Amino acid sequence: MSPAIELIAINKSFGAVHANRDVNLRVERGTIHGIVGENGAGKSTLMSILYGFYEADTGEIHVNGKRISIRTPNDAIHAGIGMVHQHFMLVEPLSVVDNVMLGAEGGAMLRAGEARARAELARLARDYGLEIDVDATVGDLSVGLQQRVEILKALYRGADILILDEPTAVLTPAEADALFVLLRSLKEQGKTVILITHKLREIMAITDRVSVMRRGEMVASVETADTSPPELAELMVGRRVLLRVEKADKTPGAPLLEVKDLSVVDSRGVVRVANATFAVRAGEIVGVAGVAGNGQSELMEAIAGMRHPAFGSVRLEGRDIPASEHNPHRMRQLGLLHVPEDRLRMGLVPAFPAFESAILGFSDEPHLGRGPILDHDRLIADLAKKMEQYDVRPPAPRLKSSKFSGGNQQKIVLAREIERNPKVLLVGQPTRGVDIGAIEFIHRRLIGLRDAGVAILLVSVELDEIMNLSDRILTMCGGRITGERRASETNEQELGLLMAGVTDEAA
Amino acid sequence: MSAPLDLPKWADTVLVPAISVVAAFLVAGLVVLGIGENPLSATRYLIQGSLGTGEGLGFTLFYMTDFIFVGLAVAVAYHAGLFNIGGEGQATLAGLGIALVLNNLTFLPGFLLIPLGILGAAAFGAAWAAVPGYLQAKRGSHIVITTIMFNWLASVLIVYLLVNVLREPQSMNPETRAFPEQSYIPFMHDVFAAFGIEIPASQLNLTLVVALAASYFVWLLIYRSRLGYAIRVVGSNPTAAVYAGISPARIIIVAMVISGALAGGLAVNELMGYQHRLLLEFTSGYGFVGIAVALMGRAHPVGIILASLLFGILYQGGAELAFEQPAITRDMVVVIGGIIILFAGALDGLFRRAVAHLFTRQKLARA
Repeated sequence: MSPAIELIAINKSFGAVHANRDVNLRVERGTIHGIVGENGAGKSTLMSILYGFYEADTGEIHVNGKRISIRTPNDAIHAGIGMVHQHFMLVEPLSVVDNVMLGAEGGAMLRAGEARARAELARLARDYGLEIDVDATVGDLSVGLQQRVEILKALYRGADILILDEPTAVLTPAEADALFVLLRSLKEQGKTVILITHKLREIMAITDRVSVMRRGEMVASVETADTSPPELAELMVGRRVLLRVEKADKTPGAPLLEVKDLSVVDSRGVVRVANATFAVRAGEIVGVAGVAGNGQSELMEAIAGMRHPAFGSVRLEGRDIPASEHNPHRMRQLGLLHVPEDRLRMGLVPAFPAFESAILGFSDEPHLGRGPILDHDRLIADLAKKMEQYDVRPPAPRLKSSKFSGGNQQKIVLAREIERNPKVLLVGQPTRGVDIGAIEFIHRRLIGLRDAGVAILLVSVELDEIMNLSDRILTMCGGRITGERRASETNEQELGLLMAGVTDEAA
Repeated sequence: MSAPLDLPKWADTVLVPAISVVAAFLVAGLVVLGIGENPLSATRYLIQGSLGTGEGLGFTLFYMTDFIFVGLAVAVAYHAGLFNIGGEGQATLAGLGIALVLNNLTFLPGFLLIPLGILGAAAFGAAWAAVPGYLQAKRGSHIVITTIMFNWLASVLIVYLLVNVLREPQSMNPETRAFPEQSYIPFMHDVFAAFGIEIPASQLNLTLVVALAASYFVWLLIYRSRLGYAIRVVGSNPTAAVYAGISPARIIIVAMVISGALAGGLAVNELMGYQHRLLLEFTSGYGFVGIAVALMGRAHPVGIILASLLFGILYQGGAELAFEQPAITRDMVVVIGGIIILFAGALDGLFRRAVAHLFTRQKLARA
């Protein structure tokens, strides 16, 4: 039987960057095939070529044994390839059936197409167990169900081969399990699934084969049963890596950050954070666990002074911060620094050269220039030094911020904040989209700061990360803090329940 | 989604715009051909009339001075993510500022009066731009809408003032009395004559030097200063600005104030440099040309100077052309200008993509 997909000697360059170098990939029909690799290894480029976003410079694409040319996503859809993006491409105010039909309405009038869509959705629900209320408004659905709509969209367009890009990044552990059940049922029905992920646990749990990319090349393609997470990690990075950074026990000191009854109401009047009360002490990492979108972002932004809390107070080193001083600028001066969770929207200015992004938030520091003029030579030299310390690649301070890989962008942001000796550090999603080698590095730095007596508040949707780094763990659900545990005295199941809103009182 | 376009800097800033201009002239040539005129002789008149004689060159540079100011005005706002279409109104009000300063402080000597007049222009232009800036920053009223409305407000305000308040009682013309002579910005031919160099007389005056200085100032502001840094952060990534503790509202107002002050330079050149009185419609729609100039110059002062020169050539050469080849009317010249704007602005991506492809192909061939 010919493979579902065969890519032969794919090459793709962006300027000086050779993103894919003679890449071969063979995906057998009716299997779940994992693709892993560090950020910037070329996974996304390869999948974009397969889905028609980019065209390969050279190389062949074979689908079901036939050589075809894919120049646009439409060509890919015609060839039976569907893609579920990490960031959903859904129209939130429309219903499920409207979203599924979108772009495949089948004529100027909607009626006939809608009837067809409803019939097809009913069939898909029957065959694959993809039940969903087709009249529900997509914006009202949970993230897990929205993802299901994306999968339905692809199947509705006749996809036999489904590409999923980091599908579990936004899911609760339970939702991720449900997704895996669904993927297995798709596989049993003869569909082919390509899963791009950096979570080795998922690769081990669900894939049949796994291909590893490193620096634009395909370095290995093995049966999942014949490999192990440490081996995969080593293949990805090219050297041995520690998946878990050790940290010594430490008795925390005085509380540096105290949050009391903090509530945040957004511009639409929705309560995002309700009565959050907690403290972070010197030499302590407090992790906030929760599914994305449960108020963690708003909590961080409110503490940092980016949003006005509707209610409640923040104390820094035992001193109340009055509303007049509660802004990002003043908080920085007081020693509260912030590694934001969204690098591209907040942490950097993608269009700026790296050395300008490296002073974001600090551009009025007197020593960075003379009077009103910034000293570019100095900024470049400063960043060059930091790039060496933090092993940023390429070490090019003048390169545009957007041209660095996620891990290297994150190192630039971390270097900016850490090197200014914070007393309190807010860290949001420090390793989102960051490769394994850099994760180890970032975790070491954070633990080093903790050991040096910094109070760290860590928000992450990666439960592993929270459990590895934190001394104490808070769980959030629907804007409320639903539990607090010592990291050494809890486990994933218990935290999963708390994150789902099963509070201490109820449990 | 599309592949990122990687071009060497010289290709991005020189080659692509040059190709755009050539393509625009070719298409404009076809239009000239279409109305039965000879495009080659038209081109000759255009170039000859704008660059071929000392006098023509003087006029070209005079227009260029206007365009540099309004181009810079649009560019500064653009870096803050704002589209300031109000250059006309801001320059008009700047003209009012000039007239009020010069005609009320007639007792001052020139070396005081000229700087004060320029400051008056900047202050009035800035104030007129600050209001839409404030409305955008604090009330979310869209700057494009408000600046257009402020153009009309400026236009009717100046008509009212010139007819009812500022007009000299015995004059029938809606204009102020002449400014005091010591406030005239010296003509370039007079300056050169003082050094014993004879150049043909034209409207060109020392405001050109101010315009070039303003270009350097804008470069320093935008690309090197802390304030310019904040302006670009707000324009490029407003969320990052909030994160960084930069107030987008404050920066929007500040950027509009600077933008309006720069638009005032148009009034300085036209009124203090040439007309020597405040009159109606001295802005002649140049405020809008500033948008095209900034677009074509990629909002960079060097690009703006070059684009201003091109539009100066077009305006001066176009006038000569309309005179020499009457079948090609002034409107026709506007059409040619429009084609250039189309190619340099809207269709710029077309050539950029093709050139990027060529470069990639070449690189692959070498590899």
